[in-house]
Parts: sequence; structure tokens; C-alpha cells
Amino acid sequence: MRVVIAEDSVLLREGLGQILARFDHEVVAAVEDAPGLAAAVAEHRPDIVVTDVRMPPGFRDEGLRAALALRAARPELPILVLSQYVEQSYASDLLQTGGGVGYLLKDRVGEVAEFVDALERVAAGGTVIDPEVVRRLLARRREDSPLERLTAREREVIALMAEGRSNGAIARALVVSEAAVIKHVGSIFTKLDLYQTADDHRRVLAVITQLRDAPR
Amino acid sequence: MSAATGSARPTVWRAMAGNPLRFLFSAWPWRALVYVVTGPVVGTVWLLTAILLVIVGTLLIPVGIGIALLLCVPLSAIAFAAVERRRLGLMDRRPAPSPHLGVDRADRADRPGLRSWLRLRLRETATWRELGYALLAALLSVVDLVVPFTFFVGAFVQVSAPALVGNGDQIMYGPGVTVDTPGEAWPVAVAGALMAVVAFYAVTALAGARAALARALLVRPVAEELGERLVEVRASRARLADAFEIERRRIERDLHDGAQQRLTGLIMTLGLARLDGSAGELVERAQDEARAALAELRDLVRGIHPSVLTDRGLHAAVESLAERSPVRVEVDARLPARPPEGVESAAYFVIAEALANVAKHSGASAARVTARTDGRTLVLEIRDDGSGGARVSAGSGLQGLADRVAVYDGTVRLSSPPGGPTILRVEIPCES
Repeated sequence: MRVVIAEDSVLLREGLGQILARFDHEVVAAVEDAPGLAAAVAEHRPDIVVTDVRMPPGFRDEGLRAALALRAARPELPILVLSQYVEQSYASDLLQTGGGVGYLLKDRVGEVAEFVDALERVAAGGTVIDPEVVRRLLARRREDSPLERLTAREREVIALMAEGRSNGAIARALVVSEAAVIKHVGSIFTKLDLYQTADDHRRVLAVITQLRDAPR
Repeated sequence: MSAATGSARPTVWRAMAGNPLRFLFSAWPWRALVYVVTGPVVGTVWLLTAILLVIVGTLLIPVGIGIALLLCVPLSAIAFAAVERRRLGLMDRRPAPSPHLGVDRADRADRPGLRSWLRLRLRETATWRELGYALLAALLSVVDLVVPFTFFVGAFVQVSAPALVGNGDQIMYGPGVTVDTPGEAWPVAVAGALMAVVAFYAVTALAGARAALARALLVRPVAEELGERLVEVRASRARLADAFEIERRRIERDLHDGAQQRLTGLIMTLGLARLDGSAGELVERAQDEARAALAELRDLVRGIHPSVLTDRGLHAAVESLAERSPVRVEVDARLPARPPEGVESAAYFVIAEALANVAKHSGASAARVTARTDGRTLVLEIRDDGSGGARVSAGSGLQGLADRVAVYDGTVRLSSPPGGPTILRVEIPCES
């Protein structure tokens, strides 16, 4: 794949480059700020963009804003956003732009194989949400919430669904059969009164929205 | 001058009430004399100027420039008052600040031109008070001249009575009362000496009274001055708090750009090392350690200053707090506009501390955070359904936050009856 990286730290920019090179992906441009990112995307037409959130000149959420702007202009451009911290509100904004987005803590890159897998899933139009975001959404205590009716196993399944895993991936992660996962997913959707959909992205969106807005 | 030494400045009145010899040989009578005698000079100059301005101004009204000349009358009183305040220094060493706005402020530079200066001056009551004082002073000039003249000339004539009589002259006190023999002249001379003493007291008293009048009408009252200083102190406190705020952000950014990036880099490198397969279990453990260190650092950095607050404002930042709270927290903190940075940050940390207290002490199962703006005031309310009985005790986190809110002139109120509910209400004015 042809990748554009936007990251202001030289150390991390080069680290990412090395990792991508190891997996035979080509870094066509590595820039250090948001305007540079827009220019590089226009010039190189990459298969995927990997961007930091906080970048020059303001060192706020320039990277995220740039990502949202790029998605608005080209909704099919896959973007993986990496950040030193994750916030649910950022994830929701990214999810609103459709499939082919990812939002991960930077140190997930250390799990190199998993990171590259996530990158490839996003490039293929999938959706990846950091487990930390999902964990915090699930940790919000609710009484009288439909979530309280989920079994422990169903909670494990919904967490992996929210992270953007496919049924097969969930089955592998939980070491159960895919058929069992499909059964859990069906049960979850019934309990939460959600529509089943074949579209992975819509599934993530539905689950995250449900986790965020469930009656409390 | 000996009279001005010591911590309690002796006033002219105290000097007069004290030892007469010390008073008569002090500088006070002479200062008073100079003060009283120069008054009519200044007063007359002003009066003539004012009369000239009024006459010429009235005549020139048809031409148009007359109005401008008439407007110069109150302005001339301002100048007169300025001279009077300088003269006040003769009688009184206390400072005599001008009562006008914007004369000794730092905002001199951004005060626009002549036109708005005029408008400001003509609208100030101080200007008209000064005009009133000028007219009064012009009238009192007569007293200022007559009192010293009568006393001192009278005293001089009487003291020189023996000499006058010796020359064959006589002093007439009225029809039939004449002094023309040495036997009569000597007692008159003694009376004249006494009169000179009385003259000093009279002139000094007159000067003291005139100075008090001038101070009352021309000098900014002490209380007003103090009030302004309090505002100044408060402003500098808020500046200090803002400086701390900026410092916190700098530290947060330094950590983000420095330690956090390096640890992330380390985690990446260790991840690459593990790919080779040659790395052992130790590398895996090192990576876990680095990851744990980074997570701790992330929490620390969030405590110093959360990025989400900078990026997205209060609602998102409080939502993020709510996500971390073990108690379920409803958040409604959408504001029409973002408050000034320092206020927003103080609000965030108050809510953070309040929610931490809810989780630790209240036994509550649910809490609700609302933030809204009421006019130009940011109003926060943190309510929980816990057991109540909470107090803002000295040294508690809440006390510290109340202090932080107080810097911006805000208030923190706590209602927590036994049995609950506990409501914490914070109001911070948002002057930008």
C-alpha cells in the first residue's frame, strides 16, 4: 500500500516508516503538519493516511481536523488516526464520516503485527476503534440500561464488535467458533433492540452509539 | 521641616493646638501665609480668564467658535484645580491625586484623541465640582486678602505706635479715641504684638480651612483610591492564575513532546525487536514496562491539563471525566461560547474534584453535572444522590478549588444536608 504519514515527532515518524517498510508498504510522503498532510494527499493520492492528532502550528487537534476535512472531501480515503490520548468524542466524529477509519492510541503501534493488521483493515474499508475507548464506554455504570442485561460473554463480544472486529476475528480472539459468535451477536442485537446489518462499519457505529447514549 | 517627621504626620491643626512658642517659630505660620496670599493671585488669574472666555465666547456664539470658548470655562477650572492641588502641598503633605478618570492609569496609551477626552471631562462630576470650587475660591479671595491684611497691618501699626507717637503722629481708632502720648502708645504696642500672634493663628486657621475645602472638593477621596487598588490587586491575582495556567499547559506540552514521544518510540522499537523473533522474554517485559510507564504518564498529563479541554471545551472534557467515573454521571455542559481559558480551566478542575469526591465519599449511585451561562456568569452545578453531610473543610481539595474559583471572583456554594442530596454550585463571572 502507498501510505502518507503525518507526525511531527521525527522519532515516531521514522519508527512508523520502518514498521511499514517491514510489511512491504510504501511511505510515499511523511509530513509534519496538517497543511503538509493536505498537500501530500493531493499530490500522492495514497491508499491510506496515518496521522497524529496534535501537530504544529497550534499543537491542538489539527491532525483530527485535517482528517475530518480529508474525509469530507474524499469519503472513501481510508484514514487511521493515532494519538497520545483517546477520547470518545473524537472517535464519534471520525465514525460519522463512514467506513475506512481508525482511531488508536499511539503505543498500539508497539504490537506491530496487530497494528499492521488494523491498518490493513482500515485500508480495506473497515473500522477500528481503540479498546481503551470501548473499555471506558463499557465501564460507565448504568442501571436500568439494556446493557445490564448482557451476559459476561456478550459483553466481551460487544467490546470486540465496538473495536471493529469481524465475527471471525472475534471468534479467534475469544477462542470460540464463529457460529457461537454469530449467536452472541444476534442475542446482543435483540437485547439492545438494534438492527442487524451486514455492513461492519454500521455495526460499529450502532454499537458505539448505543454504548454512548444508552439510557442511564 | 520638623513638623513632617514621625509616623503620624502632624497636621496644621495639631501644630496650632500644641505649644504656642513651638508653633510660632515653626514654618507653619509662614507656609499658611504664603498659602493664603497666593490663593487670590491664582484665583484672580483664573477669574479674569474665565470672564474673558465667557464674554468673548458669548459674543462669538453666532460665529460658532463661541461655543468652543464657553466649553473652555470648565476646562480652565480643571487647570485651576490642578494648580490648587499643587498649592495644597504647602499645607498638607498627603498625596493629592486628581479625581479625574484616566489621569494616572496605564491605559493612557489607548485613550483616543482630543474629542473623546473632552467628552469624558465634560461628563465627569469632578470637572463641575472643580468649576464650583473655582468660583467659590474667587469669592473667598476677598477673605484671603482681608484677613491677613487687617491683622498684620493693624498689628504692624500698633507695634510701631511708640515710634509714631514719638514722631508726633497719632493713631485714630475712631471719633474721639486717639493714641497720641507715649503713655498710651506702649500698651498699644504690646496689644499690637499680641495681635501679631493672633494674626498668625488666624491666618494659619484660615489656610487650614481653605486647604481642607480644597482637599474635599478637588482630591480623589481616599476610599475611592483604595477601591481602585483592590481591583488592581484582584486583577493581578487573576493574571497570576492565568500565568500558572499557561505554565501547566507548557508542562503538559513538554511532557507530550518529550517523555511521551520517547516512551512511544521505545515501545515501537521494542515491538520491531520482537518481530525478529530473536528477542527473548525480557524484551517483551521491557515493552510491557514501557507501556505501563506511558499509561501512568498519560494519566499524570491529563491531571495537569487535559488536551480534550483545550481542543473541544468543557462539555467534551467533562464527558471524558464522566466516562472515567465509577458513578454514573449525566453531563449537560454545552455552552453557547467558550469561556476565557482560565475560567474554563477552573470550571473543569472544580468539576473533576467534585466528581472525585462524589465517587469517594458520597455513596451516590448517580450524579449530574450541568454548566450554563447566565448572562455573563458561568454557572456550574454538580448534584449527587448520595448520603449528604459533605463539608468544605480547610485543606480539602474542594477548598483549594474554591480558592481557585475565587481568583476569578467566582463563588462556590455547597448544600449537603444529612441524607442528601449534595449540590455544589459554582458561579464564575466571565469578563473576557
